[in-house]
Formats: sequence, C-alpha cells, structure tokens
Amino acid sequence: METEQLLLNMGPVHPSTHGVLRFKLRMDGEIIRDCQVVMGYLHRGTEKLGEMKTYLQFVPYTDRLDYIAAMPNNYAYVKAVEELAGIEVPERAEFIRVLCMELNRVVNHLVFLGSLLLDLGASTPIMYGFREREKALQLFEMLCGARMTFNYIKPGGVREDLPEGFIPKLNEFMKDMEKRVDDYEQLINGNEIFLLRMKNIGVISAEEAVNYGMTGPSLRGSGVKYDIRRLEPYSIYPDLDFKVCSYPEGDSYARYMVRIDEMRESLHILRQVADNMPPGKAATTQRYGIAPETGIPSSVMSYFPRIFTPPPGEVYSRIEAPKGELGFYVVSDGTTKPYRIKIRSPSFCNLVAIPSMIVGLKIPDLIAAFGTIDVVLGDVDR
Amino acid sequence: MEKGGFRVDPVTIDTTKIKTEKKEPETALEKLEDTGLISTLLAARERKGLVLLTTIDQVFNWARLSSLWPVTSGLACCAIEMMAVAMAHHDIARFGMEIFRASPRQADLMFVAGTVTKRMAPRVKLLYEMMAEPKWVISVGSCANTGGPYHESYCVLKGVDNIIPVDVYIPGCPPRPEAWLYGVIQLREKIKNEGYGAKWGLNK
Repeated sequence: METEQLLLNMGPVHPSTHGVLRFKLRMDGEIIRDCQVVMGYLHRGTEKLGEMKTYLQFVPYTDRLDYIAAMPNNYAYVKAVEELAGIEVPERAEFIRVLCMELNRVVNHLVFLGSLLLDLGASTPIMYGFREREKALQLFEMLCGARMTFNYIKPGGVREDLPEGFIPKLNEFMKDMEKRVDDYEQLINGNEIFLLRMKNIGVISAEEAVNYGMTGPSLRGSGVKYDIRRLEPYSIYPDLDFKVCSYPEGDSYARYMVRIDEMRESLHILRQVADNMPPGKAATTQRYGIAPETGIPSSVMSYFPRIFTPPPGEVYSRIEAPKGELGFYVVSDGTTKPYRIKIRSPSFCNLVAIPSMIVGLKIPDLIAAFGTIDVVLGDVDR
Repeated sequence: MEKGGFRVDPVTIDTTKIKTEKKEPETALEKLEDTGLISTLLAARERKGLVLLTTIDQVFNWARLSSLWPVTSGLACCAIEMMAVAMAHHDIARFGMEIFRASPRQADLMFVAGTVTKRMAPRVKLLYEMMAEPKWVISVGSCANTGGPYHESYCVLKGVDNIIPVDVYIPGCPPRPEAWLYGVIQLREKIKNEGYGAKWGLNK
C-alpha cells in the first residue's frame, strides 16, 4: 500500500528529549524513515567566553557543560591547564579528585536510570534514583557546599581538604548503594515490558559506533572495550583495580546494562580510594609564576596565585567522563587568558549516531534508544 | 419558606459565641478556627442549609494556588533541580504541584528553568502564549533572571523578562530545592492576594 510520508517535528520542548533537543522525523505511518537531529537550542558560547576569562575563572563554566556530572568536567579542564602550565599535584589531591569523579559517575548513572525508565513509562525508578542521588549530593555539599555546580577542582589541587567525618559518611553511602544497585536490577531487569522495549532496539554495530566517534558506556554497549582510564591512564587510575564493563549486543539493553555494571565498578573504586586515602596537603605547595610573597596564612590555595601565565603552547587532554571521552584543547599565548578553548564533549559525538540506530523503528523506540545514549544538552550545545 | 421543595433559610451567626477571647492563633487548626470559617459552616449545618459565606476572590485564589500545574519545560541545569524538587525528598506534591504537564494547554505555571538562548527565546514565548489564562511565570536561576554567568555571551538572552512577564524570580545557580520551594510559597502568597480579574486589570 502506498502511503504519504509525513514530516513530524519532535521538540524542542518535549519531556523525553532531556532538555531542548529537536528531532525532525520523516514518518511512513508509524515507521521512522529518516531522522535529523537539530541542536543548538542551548548554545551558550562557553568556548568563546573562555577566551574572555582567566584560567581560574573558566572553571565554573565547565560545571555547566554536563551539569549532571560536573566534577569530571572540572577535572578535564584543570588537567589540561596543569599540563600546559606544568603544575605538580599532591597525591592526596589526586585521590580526592578521583573520589569526587567516581561518586559523580554513580550520580550520573542514577539520573540516567531514573530518566530512562521515566521515558519508558515507569514513574517509580526515578524516585529511587533521586533518593540515592540526594544522599550523594549531601556528600558533595560537605565537600564544597554546592549540589550540582561544584567548582571544586582547581589547578594545583582541590579547593578544600576533605571535611571531618566525610569518609565515614561515604562508607555509609557505599554500603547502602551496593544493596540498592542489586535492588534496581531485581526491580527492572526482569520486567517483560522493559525487555521488549530495550532488547534488539537501537542496535548499532561496533564498527559503525567507532566510525561515528561514539565513546563511553554507549560504545562499550557495542562490545568495544574503550576506556580512557585504561588506555591512557591519568591520575591514580593505573593503581586502581577495576574492570571495563562491556556488552557485545549493541542494543539499548546492552547500553543500559553497562551503566548498571559501571555503578558497581565505581563503588568498588570508591572503596579503594576511601581506604587508601594518603595524608598530606590537598593542594599544591609549588610556587608558580608570580608567587604571592605577601605572607597570607596557609589556606590550601594561598600558595597558588589566582592569575597565572602558562608558557605559550597547546595541549589536548582527555578523560573518561560518565558519558564518554571528554577532551579539552587549550591554547595559551603566554597571557593570563587562554587563546582558545575547544571542548570535545561526549554527548555531542554520541548523539549523531541516533539516526542510524532508529531508522526503520517506531517513535517509542526512538525514545528508548535516545534515553540509553544518555545525553545532556548542556554538553551537546556547549 | 418552601420554594420548589428546596428549603432556603437565612443564616444568622452569633459572633459573640464564635470568638470568646482574642488569642493569637498558633497551630494550623487554631488559624483555621480564627478565620471563622468552621463556625460558619457548623452553624449552617445545624440549620440544614447549604450555605457558604466567602468572597469570590478567596475561593478562586484558593482553588488556583492549591493546584498549580507547571508545564514541563526544562531548559538547562536548573531543570535537573526541578526534577529533584519534584521527587520524594523535597516533594513539591505538598503544594499540589506534582503534576508536570507536557502540554502548555493544561498548565497554569511555567518555570523558566535555565539559560534562555536567543534561539530558544521565540519558543519560550510561544510556550507562554499557548498556556491558558490565568497563568504565572517563575524565573529560576541566574541565567533566566539576568543572563547570569552567560551575561557576556553573544547568544544568551539577558533575562527572560525581556520576552514574557515574570511573577517571581528565584536566584541561584542553580537554586537549591529549598530556595525553589520558597519561591513557590512566594507565588502562592501573591496569588492569595490577587483581586478577581487582577490578571486582566479589572479589579486590583
């Protein structure tokens, strides 16, 4: 039967597009024949703003890229600046940084779990996800006073040392969380409707995923064991014991399972970090550039000047953020402000693979496949 | 006085019996009693008549503020806090607001939660215009209030009040859920004191 093809607009205000994303769909009845992703509704000009700010002033802007998991953004930028300027970081600071990042990975996957299931029509898991997230956010509040936009990791270390009683509270959280992950699996994984909507939906082969430049859990769901923490180890990750989770199927269910497993791995890493936290200072004592000889009392950052000038040069530094490979390309021209900042964001690169996943499927499958890519629009549009 | 089988009886209330001494109300029940509403209803019930004494303003405003349905329109970071506010821990359902409507036609309230870029601004305005009267707007976060950290950016609107009227501004980047709830309470106070038709400029 010959039918007319319909152009359907989805978004930018749509509850399942996780913000302000728009799909232009060409529909043949219920079947999606063509899909075009229209983005840029949240383009805030972060990269250009970076050229107007000093190196330290740009750290808060990195919080607002991937606002569900802000710590890895902080770290990725700070790591680039540290490489550029040659700043040494004490061991304790690195431990605290990894602790923050892995805790944030758990938070990110909790939000992913909740919002994916909400999109699929189950309204209870998001309640569970946010219940645990709230506990993790209390830990972040102890660290830096903020819930989402931390501005905690700074060149040379972290802003404040761990507060008193942080590690016991973290242990409490981890003990609770380990049970919760099992609970989620019991609640969700056996659900027949869930399986029908996830299995063999949004399949992308390993080769295609690599060609699209997908990274992170979305790529590992296609069976590629690509993890920057292992391939190009940074910080204290070489000393840590964790496995890279991957599933070979490449469908929505595999991507979901990778994230559930990663939550466990992150908790495993957190336990190692919390148990082996070394003593020492949480920020560098290296006197860099125009060192303040003013005799300011020893707050952790007082050694490190607010304005500093890295030597001219350029650096690309990348880390494994919860959503994939997050890279910062920073160019210095020897002044107090960066000459150029380019952000390679994981959400953007993962998102472009959506059309190839869902052509030939129905709109509800688009929601399921899109949910498992785990996109944050602040990260896509920057 | 019988009139078509329906008995209409005038109600007289002895005010001296209702309030014997002036005491500052403390508990919620005492506050309710202080309004005289319960005594009025009890008096009416004794006479087996269905009489409610109030003003149109009070009834309309009470109905409106008790079930404000927000439209689901998260723009940026603040939208995640909007989700947190809606979840069990902070529980916006206490204010009758847990039903986030996907369609602006069914909503009374819009949270402008996040950065309004110049590209998104026409859509936000359209969304506001699609909502049925009476409608209210809460601008959440520094970005929606003034542009916030992105004030210098070439593509960000310097405050959502450039395009739509705003009732309550909540500062913060993003505001904590507690701040969010405080803003909601402020809006409820505002609605409580609105005159009938105030939205149309009839009776202020």
